Amino acid sequence: MLEVVRPGLATTVQDLGRPGYYHVGIPISGAMDRLAARTANLLVGNPEDAALLECPFMGPELRFSDARTVAVTGAEIVPKVDGRARPLWTSFRIAKGEVLSFDFLKKGARIYIAISGGIDVPVVLGSRSTYALGALGGFRGRKLEAGDLLPLGNGPGAEEGRSVPDHLRRMPEMPARLRVMPGLYWHRLTEEAKQSFFEDSWKVAPEADRIGYRFRGGRPLTFVPREQPFGAGSDPSNIVDAAYPYGSIQVPGGTEPIALHRDAVSGGGYMMLGTVISADMDLIGQLQPHMPTRFVPCDMAEALRARAERRKLLDAIRAHLAA
Amino acid sequence: MARTESRYSFGGDEHLFVEIDEEMSLEAFFKSLSVCAAIKEANIEGVTEICPANASFQIKFDPDVIAPADIEAEVKRIEARAQASHRIATRILEVPAYFRDPWTTETLMRFRDRHQDPDATDIEFAARINDYPSVDAFLAAFTGSPWFVSMVGFVAGLPFLYQMVERRRQIQVPKYLRPRTDTPALTIGFGGCFACIYSVRGAGGYQMFGITPMPIYDPQQKISYLQDFMCLFRPGDILVWKPIDREGYDSIKADVEAGRFVPKMAEVTFDLDAFERDVDGTNRKLLEALHA
Repeated sequence: MLEVVRPGLATTVQDLGRPGYYHVGIPISGAMDRLAARTANLLVGNPEDAALLECPFMGPELRFSDARTVAVTGAEIVPKVDGRARPLWTSFRIAKGEVLSFDFLKKGARIYIAISGGIDVPVVLGSRSTYALGALGGFRGRKLEAGDLLPLGNGPGAEEGRSVPDHLRRMPEMPARLRVMPGLYWHRLTEEAKQSFFEDSWKVAPEADRIGYRFRGGRPLTFVPREQPFGAGSDPSNIVDAAYPYGSIQVPGGTEPIALHRDAVSGGGYMMLGTVISADMDLIGQLQPHMPTRFVPCDMAEALRARAERRKLLDAIRAHLAA
Repeated sequence: MARTESRYSFGGDEHLFVEIDEEMSLEAFFKSLSVCAAIKEANIEGVTEICPANASFQIKFDPDVIAPADIEAEVKRIEARAQASHRIATRILEVPAYFRDPWTTETLMRFRDRHQDPDATDIEFAARINDYPSVDAFLAAFTGSPWFVSMVGFVAGLPFLYQMVERRRQIQVPKYLRPRTDTPALTIGFGGCFACIYSVRGAGGYQMFGITPMPIYDPQQKISYLQDFMCLFRPGDILVWKPIDREGYDSIKADVEAGRFVPKMAEVTFDLDAFERDVDGTNRKLLEALHA
């Protein structure tokens, strides 16, 4: 059992997600920074897809009812066991009755806490991930609250001191660079808007959660004039409601781009100008509000190269921890 | 007329987006539905999601398993073969609808500052701009024909509903000027040319006309008719509204809670060509099948 003493801001149980139900509006969910989540699990000796805790913007306080191996990855923060500092990206032991807590977050946005044995909430539609908007999965379909008792699975738990070196950790640069493949309804933008979207410096807005990240600060985007198609709605940013890809960037009213993430709304009536490539989706999960961000144009060949590189990084982490 | 060439575009390296037509029509929807069914049947390795939408669809694929160019070529091949289907075997379902209910009325009054017409209710506004002499006349039109579930999504289990009448008779209402931060669960909404049923409580921009006592999404799967799957609706379902009053609402709600309620439902075949030849006659036959 794991007792939630303080829940943090919006701590949820996540794994690698629930594919296969997007056509009925149930998004994939799962860790926003998958590389950090996989690594945390590997550090404690869990399968990479074991359920763990995702904590945005601040850490929780957790009391352990039995001895476990724990690892914290993702954002920069100091984990503490009964007040004694522990390293990040490194496995450590927690004894029965000890409390895991955290200092303030220094950099990045989300920490991942893996515990040997994993969080043993019921599997719903193939996953333990929380989809809070649909009250589905995770711990009672919601973010954690003080007093919650989380069941833990059985696992041997890796030894203390397993660690991933700096060069195998991935965090956004400053400013963050998100590679975007133009497409979908890109043709709806004027030439001027196509340029300004990539030229301007944007900032993460306070509305930044698992559904999507909103950006502010760039020039408003303008649309090619047209008579709106039947059923689309009257605003030039409207389309006949369509499915939204994960990572797709919609711009309601042309003002604030929103990049959808793992708890995406599955469809709607706003034009999308393109999609953040799969290799950069994890980075969005580590963006704090106000973080300066640039969108960088990218084609399919580069997106696939970036994907292969990210895959290589994961393989290097696996190899390092298997050695 | 529906466009003959679909538009293909990649959504990053994991999604293929196919727009059948820019504008909504039953023909575009049918094509989306039948191509999606054919893609599903083809069982393409690397395809993880197939999402039909109103006049478009989206495939999610793993580019490590199937190259983007290959999935595009494969879907194009399937689309070319699948074009002919204008007949589908589907279900018709009856949804009890309590219009002008106290809960959506209370909610819409709280958000008048975000509405085009702060002095009217949503349904009064919709009736007026669609040239109906009264709300009752508007509701007679709204409930007078079946609706197609042309997409399920936005949030879990939410059906988008397309009115099964000629375009000149279709109701159109703009969305709120600014979205509300609250919508009661099971609100019957309307935006653009689509009705919907909000499956969960939350934000929303569609006009609010009423509410149904019949849950359509249950993540706990405790509701008797949602035990096989937590979402009631599938793209391609046909829906019929059954107007009810407060008494009817309370009685169905009690039946749902007691596990006694069973949605009225029948298996039907829908033929788009027959529908286009005789809209009202085809709709009448659908209703007969439901009540048989």
